Amino acid sequence: MGELLLNVRDLETHFKTPDGTVHAVNGVSFHIKEGETLGVVGESGCGKSVTMLSCLRLIPSPPGKIVAGEAIFRGQDLLKMSAEEIRHVRGGQISMVFQDPMTSLNPVMNIGKQMAEPLMLHMNMTKEQARKRSVELLELVGIPKAGERLKDYPHQYSGGMRQRVMIAIALSCNPQILIADEPTTALDVTIQAQIVDLVKRLRDELGMAIIWITHDLGVVANIAHRVMVMYGGYIIEESDVNDLYSDPRHPYTLGLLGSLPKIHEEMHRKLFSIEGMPPILYQKPRSCPFAPRCNWVTERCWQENPPLETVTEGHRVACWVDTRNGSK
Amino acid sequence: MTADNNVLIKVDNLVMHFPIYRGVIRRQVGVVHAVDGVSFDIKQGETLGLVGESGCGKSTTGRTILQLYKPTSGNVYFKDTNLVKLRPERMRMMRREMQMIFQDPYASLNPRMTVRDIVGEPLMAFGEASGKQIDERVASLLDLVKLNPDFSSRYPHEFSGGQRQRIGVARALALNPSFIVCDEPISALDVSIQAQVVNLLEELQQELNLTYLFIAHDLSMVRHISNRVAVMYLGIFVELTERNELYRNPLHPYTQALLSAIPVADPVYNEQRRRIILEGDVPSPVNPPSGCRFRTRCPIADTICAEKTPEWREVEPGHFAACHKI
Repeated sequence: MGELLLNVRDLETHFKTPDGTVHAVNGVSFHIKEGETLGVVGESGCGKSVTMLSCLRLIPSPPGKIVAGEAIFRGQDLLKMSAEEIRHVRGGQISMVFQDPMTSLNPVMNIGKQMAEPLMLHMNMTKEQARKRSVELLELVGIPKAGERLKDYPHQYSGGMRQRVMIAIALSCNPQILIADEPTTALDVTIQAQIVDLVKRLRDELGMAIIWITHDLGVVANIAHRVMVMYGGYIIEESDVNDLYSDPRHPYTLGLLGSLPKIHEEMHRKLFSIEGMPPILYQKPRSCPFAPRCNWVTERCWQENPPLETVTEGHRVACWVDTRNGSK
Repeated sequence: MTADNNVLIKVDNLVMHFPIYRGVIRRQVGVVHAVDGVSFDIKQGETLGLVGESGCGKSTTGRTILQLYKPTSGNVYFKDTNLVKLRPERMRMMRREMQMIFQDPYASLNPRMTVRDIVGEPLMAFGEASGKQIDERVASLLDLVKLNPDFSSRYPHEFSGGQRQRIGVARALALNPSFIVCDEPISALDVSIQAQVVNLLEELQQELNLTYLFIAHDLSMVRHISNRVAVMYLGIFVELTERNELYRNPLHPYTQALLSAIPVADPVYNEQRRRIILEGDVPSPVNPPSGCRFRTRCPIADTICAEKTPEWREVEPGHFAACHKI
């Protein structure tokens, strides 16, 4: 992998709600290198999207507020930039694909216009240049008869095609980092396979780094180099992709993997389920946030929140218990 | 009518076409071929999985079996009764036997009704219970789906997705049905919550001897819960067999592609396996392709596939498929 692109340290994001301040991200640190794909996994409400949105300062404020941390992108702190500067980064050097292709395109604007917008804004292209580039981009993501389809509106595209258009828009300004927020969750498996395949191909051709947010451990296994698992606004496990699946350590990771039915397994076994649901943290937790749902929980888990510690090279886990043998 | 006494639901050449109207005088200009002649049966106590992409007609099949749509043609037998021929009032009484669990736990519960009213409504509608009895029944139903009965005066928005789905299950169970259509009951839920709901459905099936038609697009979950699995494409069945057989020995090219598209949580296995990536999208059901409907995306399609509709046949004992190439 190449050079360090984005380095996030101790990021904290809070949301003010009528019920109190929700601690959505609690001191998250991670980095991504050139050409690398980082998978971010966790259930809804575990802080994975908020972490990435915070880096791009896309958190609605109020109620959201980034209270601490830094996000160094090529020597500059994204969190300290002026509004003008960050606008140049967004959609230009760092771009994003959102989950729902049905709602993230403007329904009353044709595809050509929506594609030209970032090109004219970030790349200073003329209308004609932008049109040409849009056709190239649509061809790149595999939309047949791209030239004719620029005049079409989003409703004339299928779900998979719309997600392709979203990816084309995100790629249009040659970003160094592409953040994909559950880009395939709303799609059928066959279309999902097409999109994953497309993104992998584009990554290899264009050499950008990808942050792939998802709750599907299957998709991550297929595309990521490195994976971080989030829970309650913390990273609770982070490792190389092969390591994570062959040697998962955190009880939450074990639970997520256990709750998936295995496709190449004939025996009928009861699915492992993690009882309860993710917490909403109204204050910084003093205990491990996973303790209430954990099967391995010990006395210590209720008293101290475990820090993220290295267990083997490149594999970090935040847990007091060694789940391989149950010792503390 | 049925020779096999174990068969609970028998579907015979079911067709469901939705008309398309256009213009000021609402002239009919075409039909959506949502379901185009499917035949199968579901045995007592069995779970039949039904998979396919969105828009292939799997939900329509489920709803047409329950007579929520009046089928264009074909028959649906519940035990010995032909549901299609029943008068509305008789059909209403039959509905206690067959219920449905919906996909979206956010949209399928009335936000202005309390849990007690939601779960108790079927009891009231059929005059099964009144007053105090309803409270008792609701409490025992909530207990059955592992929700705290003390929550019965709460509203749906106070519950998480998984809990709401449990409320939906409790409502479906209120009248002691024998057959339940589960229309993508877990698609809207998180992975760990999906496992909770699937485990609950399996336990209930054993306890209450329920028969399920389990509709989903997630093949790995379908394999887990089903005894037999049917694969649907553009309004027709392309393959139907026992679940392990389907995954071990898929015959139809569409089934093979679907199976290979499943993301597997195992990076080493992913490296090794051969993936078939289908080109393009599902064609429009208004104007389905001639001959075999899958031919436009099929990697092994031939001239015969465009000319002749492949016959639905028993290729091996208990293993049905419709393809010229098998």
